Amino acid sequence: MSLLRHSATTLLSQMSDGKLSSVELVQEYLEQIERHDGRVKAFLRVDAARALKQAAAIDDRRSRGESLGPLAGLPVAVKDLLCDEGQLCTCASRMLADFRPPYDSTVVAKLKAADAVLLGRTNLDEFAMGGSGENSAFQVTRNPWNLERTPGGSSSGAAACVAAAMAPLSIGSDTGGSIRQPAGLCGITGLKPTYGRVSRYGLVAFASSLDQVGPLAGSAEDAALLLEVLAGHDPRDTTSINAPVPRYSQTIGQPLAGLRLGRVREHFGPGLDPEVSAAVEAAVEVYRSLGATVCDVSLPHEKYGIATYYIIAPSEASSNLARYDGVHYGYRTDERAMHDELAAERKQLAATIGKRDFDAQADAVENPLLRMYRQSRSEGFGPEVKRRIMLGTYTLSAGYYDAYYVKALKVRRLIANDYEAAFRSCDMLIGPVSPTPAFKIGEKHSDPLAMYLVDLYTVGANLAGIPGISIPCGRSRDGLPIGLQLQGPAMSEERLLRSAHMFQRNTDWHLARALLD
Amino acid sequence: MTDPYMIVIGLEVHVQLATESKLFCRCSTAFGAPPNTQTCPVCIGMPGSLPVMNRRAFELSMQTAVALDCRIAPTTKWDRKNYYYPDLPKGYQISQYDLPFSSHGHLDISDPKGRFEPRRVGIERAHLEEDAGKSLHDEQHGEADSRIDLNRAGTPLLEIVTKPDMRSPLEAKTFLTELKLLLTYLGVSDCNMQEGSLRVDANINLHVPEDGRAGGVSGATPQSAVIGTAATAAGTIATPIVEIKNMNSFRAVERALEYEAKRQWEVWQETGQRLGDAPKQTRGWDDAAGVTHGQRHKEDSSDYRYFPDPDLAPITVAPEVVKKIRRGQGERPAALRSRLEQSYGITPYDSDVLVSQGRDLVQYYLAAADACGDGKLASNWLQQDVLRSLNERGGTIGDFPVGPTALADLLSRVKRNELDTNRARQVFQKMLTEGITAAAAVEALGIKQVDESELIALCRELLAANPKVAEDIRGGNDKAAGALVGQAKKRNPNANPGRVRELCVELAKEKM
Repeated sequence: MSLLRHSATTLLSQMSDGKLSSVELVQEYLEQIERHDGRVKAFLRVDAARALKQAAAIDDRRSRGESLGPLAGLPVAVKDLLCDEGQLCTCASRMLADFRPPYDSTVVAKLKAADAVLLGRTNLDEFAMGGSGENSAFQVTRNPWNLERTPGGSSSGAAACVAAAMAPLSIGSDTGGSIRQPAGLCGITGLKPTYGRVSRYGLVAFASSLDQVGPLAGSAEDAALLLEVLAGHDPRDTTSINAPVPRYSQTIGQPLAGLRLGRVREHFGPGLDPEVSAAVEAAVEVYRSLGATVCDVSLPHEKYGIATYYIIAPSEASSNLARYDGVHYGYRTDERAMHDELAAERKQLAATIGKRDFDAQADAVENPLLRMYRQSRSEGFGPEVKRRIMLGTYTLSAGYYDAYYVKALKVRRLIANDYEAAFRSCDMLIGPVSPTPAFKIGEKHSDPLAMYLVDLYTVGANLAGIPGISIPCGRSRDGLPIGLQLQGPAMSEERLLRSAHMFQRNTDWHLARALLD
Repeated sequence: MTDPYMIVIGLEVHVQLATESKLFCRCSTAFGAPPNTQTCPVCIGMPGSLPVMNRRAFELSMQTAVALDCRIAPTTKWDRKNYYYPDLPKGYQISQYDLPFSSHGHLDISDPKGRFEPRRVGIERAHLEEDAGKSLHDEQHGEADSRIDLNRAGTPLLEIVTKPDMRSPLEAKTFLTELKLLLTYLGVSDCNMQEGSLRVDANINLHVPEDGRAGGVSGATPQSAVIGTAATAAGTIATPIVEIKNMNSFRAVERALEYEAKRQWEVWQETGQRLGDAPKQTRGWDDAAGVTHGQRHKEDSSDYRYFPDPDLAPITVAPEVVKKIRRGQGERPAALRSRLEQSYGITPYDSDVLVSQGRDLVQYYLAAADACGDGKLASNWLQQDVLRSLNERGGTIGDFPVGPTALADLLSRVKRNELDTNRARQVFQKMLTEGITAAAAVEALGIKQVDESELIALCRELLAANPKVAEDIRGGNDKAAGALVGQAKKRNPNANPGRVRELCVELAKEKM
């Protein structure tokens, strides 16, 4: 059996038993990337030399009997949105095409400390804004199960690389569904932790109150392994939660007796693809057969989730992305061309309105700083990013702030209350991840509203700050993966992982890898 | 006080807090380092970086607000103020908008010279925010070479906004002086205006009586009796408010406000523009020319799109914390002044001079005055001798060679008539230069108490040798005895001039 079919957990034990070296393993993944990523385009950059060097160093330390970190020698792919000191961090934006942060994000520092091998940087929707990966300024990632389809987004590369067995583990970020949705569309396991469970320090911000870093992996067991490394309090992120990290990978095998699942009524409404519905209902039956009780629950404000999300997230984004102004960070317009243009305009204006009037108007017409800002941002950002900046600027503006932003915060509270109420009658919520299996590349690209609806079932967890996990639970007639979502109350990652593992121990959807089968 | 209008002034003061590190990161706040050397990913707004509040900065802010009798909000939060400027690396400033940590305070001001009535200036609010960096640019279009120094970016600033309660430029200046003194007493800021630790913007307009304009350019009949008492009395018209910036000293604030009041009165007479007729104008003070200049009005700069910073959790302040701060604070300047006046019998002028010197000098004064039992004498000596020497020598009162007990010892000798003022000054100098006690200095200078009988003999001799003087004294001119004092001092330098004078008069008259 190919190494690529093994779980990260198995690979780890093979390495610690001395049956496998990290160099061999990394070599294997590099070859798989070589074979397939020309078509899948999951990675923006693969630094083979660096990965092999790290792997060799770990093998060397292992051979000398040194104690090694919990991920020693395992390759991990990182979404190109998390700072890795001295390495490019583009956020799939032209704006940050040359940006090399001088510091490590807490997550990357933890991976390094755990002796993971940093395999490469995965593609995403620009600044994590999108649900298909098509908003990347550099390349469109394809779904390994069907190259005509999107892998979902924004963690498009992060999901695709695991689905195509080009990495055993990868790191994504989830602001409205960006880990769970692509995991679902690519048939892998993805977990969005409780807000604050994983440090955001060094994660380039999209919407600060919603962003959360999490693992994507082949199984819940592997996700547990990775989350255990990522989670924990960080004094550099005051929104991170100061609570001990459970040993997720140790407890994952313990089944949950008397599990009470809540079937979210609103997640089975109009718009849900019948094949998805059937697969999810079948998964509910699997749980029932394992002794779980299932009841119907309602999240009455869930229908306002997308609207609420698309006010709060863009509002925060409009402010978070203000720093990309051509002065300090990222792309700056061609200043020489700009100044030539200004000079020409000045000349033309003077000729048209006469010297006297020109002197009076000159400033208004041609403030070079303003023009530099405007041109740098116009040229550096893609259309979806600009759309959200404009949306957020509008909703925070005087006169609209109360009607939009403040109102959205109130609805957000109601949505969180709904979840709280639901968790009084059940342990976990069960439902689909996305309304449909993977859609075609280009299908929704020109229709932002249709695209926004792909997050219909996932934004609630971000608004409420609760964890959610996406696991594969079936395949459509076209062979496309279908995802099942479990959501739990804040800090319930351990039980979410155990529940997911219960399912995976009794099904084999998670074992399939695209391009291998 | 004959102006036909009332001046209304409010101030916005930015105080740089004396913390070692910045508000949201651990970079140093020291002034004068080479550009961009005191920076890190957080204060330069590096993508992915996150702020962590400096607790010390919040504590110092609370100290100040409590000393200004502000209400401390039980919950406060951070807001983002969004605007684009090259010295603002994140594109927003972390500040406090609708829930400042403190509000509704006040600071009392008065003038020891009595030029205005004591006044309570309301504090609208005080909030904490981060400073921006510094832009250095060539004002030329296009080819300008602009440079940015972010050392200052993220330095904690306390913004104190007063109510429009001041009625003259002098009151504004006095308020600032009193505020600076208070901040110095609290030790929350070094208040160095040159280094930008204290920055002031002023808002000013005029309240003109309805018939003020009819009164003509000369403003013939002063209405001040009426309008001097009420802020928005019926029958008065408010002129448009002007904000003045670029004032680099308290004196400049006073001058700028004086200039601006006159200018606004002239504009009012010309245009009759009222508050609301024109947008709020910002004018810059040109200290050399002594005038204010209108600054370009930015129409789009008003909407800062404030919203709560999602990177920072709200802060809750327990009432016990506020109580603890209140208990821990020493006497404020105003309280000290009135204690000095009431318990030590010195004038408001003297208490003002002493208290203005800072808490350490006041402690020195209190120790000296208590030990010698004469507040007035101690005050005189402190102002005339101690402060003068301190100014000449430099240094602080803490390392002044003559401690308060030693000074009190000297002053007690003066009180007991053992030393006249001149001799006492010599002793003081000796104590100062050699760091010795009063007793040792007295001895070193060979000062001895002259025996009364010896002194009587000396005076008799002098009277005998100067019959004309004796005659004058007998004729009722006691002052004539002064002529003998000098001679007595020559014969015996330890002779107490006061006693010599008394004895001469006594003895001359005895012979009558």
